[in-house]
Amino acid sequence: MSNVTIPVGPQHPALKEPASFKITINGERIERADVRLGYNHRGVEKACEERNYIQDIYLIERVCGICSHSHSTAFVLAVEEIAAIEVPKRAFYIRTIIAELERIHSHLLWLGVAGHEIGFDTLLMYSWRDREIVMDILNMLTGNRVNYGINTIGGVRRDITPKQAQEILCGIDKLEERTRYYIELATEEVTLINRLSGVGFLSHEDALHLGAIGPTGRGSAVDRDIRRDDPYLSYPELQFKIVTDDHCDVYGRTLVRVGELMESYGMIRQLLQNIPEGPISVKAPRKIPAGRAFSRYEAPRGEDVHYIQANGTDMPERVKLRAPTLANVQSVARMLENSYLADVPIVVASIDPCFSCTDRMISLRTDGPGEKLMSWPELHAFSLDWNRKNRGIDFTNLNKRLIEKKV
Amino acid sequence: MKKTGKMVSEVLKSFMKKPATELYPFVKNPKPAGFRGRIIFHYEKCIGCKLCMRDCPSKAITITKVADKKFEARINLDDCIFCAQCVDNCAKNALESTSDYELAGLSRDSLKTVFNNESVDNVALRPEE
Amino acid sequence: MATQLFYLLIFPGFLFLSAFGLFAEYADRKIYARMQNRIGPPWFQPLADFIKLLGKETIIPESADRRIFLLMPVFALTAAVTSFLYIPMWDTHALVSFNGDAIVVLYLLTIPTVTFFLGGWSSNSMYSTIGAVRSITQLFAYEVPLFMGILAPSLLAGTWSLSEISAFYNAHSWYWLVNLPGLAIALIAVQGKLEKVPFDIPEAETEIVGGTFTEYSGRLLALLRMALDVEMVVVASLLAAVFLPFGLGYAPITGFIIYLIKVFFIIFLMALVRTVLARLRIEQMVNFCWKYLAPAGLLQLVVCLFVKGVMLQ
Repeated sequence: MSNVTIPVGPQHPALKEPASFKITINGERIERADVRLGYNHRGVEKACEERNYIQDIYLIERVCGICSHSHSTAFVLAVEEIAAIEVPKRAFYIRTIIAELERIHSHLLWLGVAGHEIGFDTLLMYSWRDREIVMDILNMLTGNRVNYGINTIGGVRRDITPKQAQEILCGIDKLEERTRYYIELATEEVTLINRLSGVGFLSHEDALHLGAIGPTGRGSAVDRDIRRDDPYLSYPELQFKIVTDDHCDVYGRTLVRVGELMESYGMIRQLLQNIPEGPISVKAPRKIPAGRAFSRYEAPRGEDVHYIQANGTDMPERVKLRAPTLANVQSVARMLENSYLADVPIVVASIDPCFSCTDRMISLRTDGPGEKLMSWPELHAFSLDWNRKNRGIDFTNLNKRLIEKKV
Repeated sequence: MKKTGKMVSEVLKSFMKKPATELYPFVKNPKPAGFRGRIIFHYEKCIGCKLCMRDCPSKAITITKVADKKFEARINLDDCIFCAQCVDNCAKNALESTSDYELAGLSRDSLKTVFNNESVDNVALRPEE
Repeated sequence: MATQLFYLLIFPGFLFLSAFGLFAEYADRKIYARMQNRIGPPWFQPLADFIKLLGKETIIPESADRRIFLLMPVFALTAAVTSFLYIPMWDTHALVSFNGDAIVVLYLLTIPTVTFFLGGWSSNSMYSTIGAVRSITQLFAYEVPLFMGILAPSLLAGTWSLSEISAFYNAHSWYWLVNLPGLAIALIAVQGKLEKVPFDIPEAETEIVGGTFTEYSGRLLALLRMALDVEMVVVASLLAAVFLPFGLGYAPITGFIIYLIKVFFIIFLMALVRTVLARLRIEQMVNFCWKYLAPAGLLQLVVCLFVKGVMLQ
């Protein structure tokens, strides 16, 4: 067979979100991989500038469905820094507990997805079944399973009662036992090891060079973790170790993730034991004084970066977010080189990608003609107009007209 | 020790066990206290400060004055993201999160709820006719 | 003539096999689900899927070779149904039998794979083409161990006819225990024939969408899926006839029940294999089949020759 190019994406069963990988193969071997993003630009940053800080928390929480707490915490930390708000310690503890619970649910979810990508659906079913335990805990603590909404500027919105703490510990014990089983499974089951080890190789040097972060980097022995290197929330008071692995392949990344699960259980136990009494929030001003702040947060997928610029009003002037996937997606093309077509899904999944969170628009300002700043209503009207003219679709009151048509 | 078929004993055990799947429409999982579901409005408590409107991320709630010290709330549950910020903002506890999460309907209109005096004993849960 | 037609079309031919195939698919999916701690589909699900597919529009790609594309599903189903006629069920006699039918059945069972290859190749889509190439590559890997595994018992019995094989083991009880390693080999190899995990490489969903079947839709897809279901039943009956040749010669009803138990036992084992393993890569699969499975098959042959030559004398 001569070289053929296979499109994996924008729509493909292996991808949970739209992204395009043009894979050139020779037989089963990959010659070249071309990564294209940008199918899911949602204009979150711009939308943030049009809303007040409280509304922004909920908007930013919805940047990502899995690491929703990561984004909202990174945002409120930056805002609190600008406004110089003294957040009570108990609030930090609660935020950290939710953060680690989120890491657990994210890693268990990843384990299942990885299993599915290599055709091991049993692993998917089991790990997602066990993930229900942590989802239920989050539901109990925050009132929702995905978008927790626990953060507010100046603290958290809900307290943890002793009874809830007991239930968390109970759930954690169960999860720890299950995680031990998965570690055993990952280190013993031959077909699993065959499909993971040696696949998606990313050498230590390449990982540093391409800026791989989070479990992707740590799977290539890049010993970096914001929780230790630039501590935030309650992490300075916790005892934990950074899990790294020198397999430099998908297998290494798997071991890092299951290892981090075990660390998270330990952290939650420490947090619940040492949680101080006191208020859970302080009153925050609505208008944040002018200033700028930069916050870093170790999300389950890697370092999440938020930059906020305030101008003294109740709305931010500029919000910039960088989701972890943006830093890792560069390494995917390198990992795919010289691997097999069958490994594409698991290699792409191994960075735990979240393409919708990643998509940002970059406009290179040339200050030439055609450059124009638009407000939100203007942009909305422009998009309706553009679609009507260029695609012949009228999106105004689409829903209403559809119903009318049916009737 | 590497071996194939590590999961055999586990899957055989599961084969004999009851499935973990929840039989959702028939058996409903109880929601924990503090679940953020459908928002309801107690019209008699509202003082019309409109703090809820100010912070609603999706502009789903509208409070209008219908008479002297009487207020009506329109909550568009299809816009609502169930963050319950309005519940936090309300100083008079006029808004409340319920544990009702089964909001699916055949039309979006069924989610546009109106709460006012006329709907006595607070069953304005019913959609606007 | 009328009885012949009854055999061909109703029992144990087309109608019975189709129903049995659908039920076997249900059993397979249900066992798979229960092992994964899920509930699984209701009993009518495969039938409902089949009827739904029959009612759907059949789309033939413009660039496809129309004739081959249309014919292949029919060929696949025909071959699978035909091969069933040679397999003894509850008796030591199959409907049709002649010396050499064991080989014929094995070759008839190869035809579906070849039709999948031709159908996928002729649909001229990138995913189908890769799936087609994979299915034919896989064929060369699992076919040899499968043949060795199944032919070892016939060597021991000294006949190439399936009916005579079961007659032999029925007469010489306990000799079938010698062939148990062959059953394990055949069980693993048929996972490739039926395109199930760990050898579902030709239709690996997360890699190449639907593989060979990507471009098939409507009635053609229904036929292809039916062919796979029937093939599963045929393969399970074949393994039951060759490797579990006991409890034969009872009254038809009792015999039929024993036959069903044997077939579902085989289906259970196949479901177990696909539950606990991950999908291999094509080169790992070929490696495994030639490096471990084929030598094991050879060993089984040697053992059978030894038993026949030394102990049976």
